Amino acid sequence: MTEMAGEVRAAAAPVAARPVAGLSKAVAGWLQAAPLAAILLAFLVAPIAMIVVVSFWKATEFSIIPAFSFENYEFLFGSPVTYRVFLATFKYALVTWAATLAIGFTVAYYLAFHIRSQTVQIALFLLCTIPFWTSNIIRMISWIPFLGRNGIANQALIDWGLIDAPLEWLLYSDFAVILAFVHLYTLFMVVPIFNTMMRIDKSLLEAARDNGASGFQTLVHVILPLTKPGIMIGTIFVVTLVMGDFITVRFMSGSQKANVGRLISNDIGLLQYPSAAATAVVLLCTVLIVIGILLRFVNIRKEL
Amino acid sequence: MRTGNDLELVHLTKRYGGTVAVRDLNHVFRNGTYVCLLGPSGCGKSTTLRMIAGHESVSEGGIVLDGQDISALPPARRGTAMMFQSYALFPHLSVRDNVAFSLRMKGTGKPARHKAADEMLELVDMGHLAERLPAQLSGGQQQRVALARALVTKPRVLLLDEPLSALDPFLRIRVRGELKRLQRELGISFIHVTHGQDEALALADEIVVMNDAVIEQAGTARDVFGAPRTEFVARFIGGHNVIELEGARYALRADEVRLAEEGRPATVTIVEYQGDRVAVTARLGPAEVLALVPEAHFFANPKNPGDAVCLDWDEGRLHRLLA
Repeated sequence: MTEMAGEVRAAAAPVAARPVAGLSKAVAGWLQAAPLAAILLAFLVAPIAMIVVVSFWKATEFSIIPAFSFENYEFLFGSPVTYRVFLATFKYALVTWAATLAIGFTVAYYLAFHIRSQTVQIALFLLCTIPFWTSNIIRMISWIPFLGRNGIANQALIDWGLIDAPLEWLLYSDFAVILAFVHLYTLFMVVPIFNTMMRIDKSLLEAARDNGASGFQTLVHVILPLTKPGIMIGTIFVVTLVMGDFITVRFMSGSQKANVGRLISNDIGLLQYPSAAATAVVLLCTVLIVIGILLRFVNIRKEL
Repeated sequence: MRTGNDLELVHLTKRYGGTVAVRDLNHVFRNGTYVCLLGPSGCGKSTTLRMIAGHESVSEGGIVLDGQDISALPPARRGTAMMFQSYALFPHLSVRDNVAFSLRMKGTGKPARHKAADEMLELVDMGHLAERLPAQLSGGQQQRVALARALVTKPRVLLLDEPLSALDPFLRIRVRGELKRLQRELGISFIHVTHGQDEALALADEIVVMNDAVIEQAGTARDVFGAPRTEFVARFIGGHNVIELEGARYALRADEVRLAEEGRPATVTIVEYQGDRVAVTARLGPAEVLALVPEAHFFANPKNPGDAVCLDWDEGRLHRLLA
């Protein structure tokens, strides 16, 4: 990658050095940066700025009043519901993260180190992505007939004589929500970890064996540390997706559980845009803080 | 002289499906010698090394070290250590931790393993860079760290897989001097895989020339260079002409061919100035013959491509090839 970047830079250098149509170097530089800057400004900075502005507005049941008021934030931070919901969101994120990491690492490890032929590797990797050809909602809903009170899972367990009555916690519960999250987001963990593992020089594993490391020691002392950046990227994907989700929680909990996303979506449903905006701002800050903390542990720059 | 500590290959064979990478090798590597496994790529020399190291399974035959068949043991319990071509240093560990890695795997305490690692780093003159990460070292420095990491396990045989190939030519010559010095100081066997004949001639107590999965010739550097057994060895080791005379093939060292007043008439095709001498290639009938002529001697009577010359050599210097 770095060699390629070097070549590109080398090829671009003489072009950049030449003044473009008489413009000074500085102006040419700004022009080259302009398209991306414009896109980011229009689709990232402007919407966020708008949300921040609206979060300070006031609202009644039937109108929204431009203002600069901390009312929404005061209400948000004063309500015990907020803390409960944020806590629930963190819980979902943490449990989902742990499960996707365990599954994702195992799958990636198997693909990267146990499959010898690259063709098979790629074929199996594509196989992992097949579920993603359908929509999130469909994959989520397809759990319902499986997990329901008279669903396949309960029927099978009763038929095998393992349980007498249907298990109530299979569907419309935290279990169902987390199961769906894990199902939806494990691939976001597999891909970056697999990518990092593929870059590990195989002779390092031989060197570890030559130095007397057992398979487990190689895993802990060589593979795991070298896979950290991939794990971190996967973690960022999963944590941001889970913390921002609202539809999975609604469907899989049968509207019995809440997370921050649902708080926002409820506010929007009631046309309480300023309140929704304030919650969104707090959520955004929370996620940024979480990512900031994660990035302090691992340097992912070399992966990008 | 044979001692109990020799490393011996017994009918060693490696198959990959239908292809044979190493065919029925029998050889004794005497203890405390510097051996070079020399051959073109794909000749089976690296596979042989990797089988000795334990990174490749043995299809047939055995590897005996110290009177014990080690071919089924894991790499770390064989008494061998390997230095990898790309050095294979752990990028996330400091130089000291890289060297101490094997001791850490054995469960040696931190102070003890750091002490052992530091001693080893002093041996290869890298003690002052112990805190660095491998990426912060030059190629030559990485090579020394890899060497220290292999030696810290106190191997009886050190296996080096093309250890100099990643270095620039200038550094290569310096590092090979250090390798040789280290081998003498430690008194253990070094088995060094290379495809560079100059490297092998410079370093080896014994050269083992491999081709097509078998050993073509083994012997001291002087024996192999002075008396190549086969046409392949004569050509691969360089500096030889292979000439066909009266139905037999002979090897003739290029520095034994003279440009003379009388002898075999030939036509000069290429003249290369090499500093201390001049390499003159001449067409002699259907064959091309290379003559390495001392510089002063050449410029006393310089030749150009297309000139007619006479080539001459002592008949006694013709060395008959067996194959």
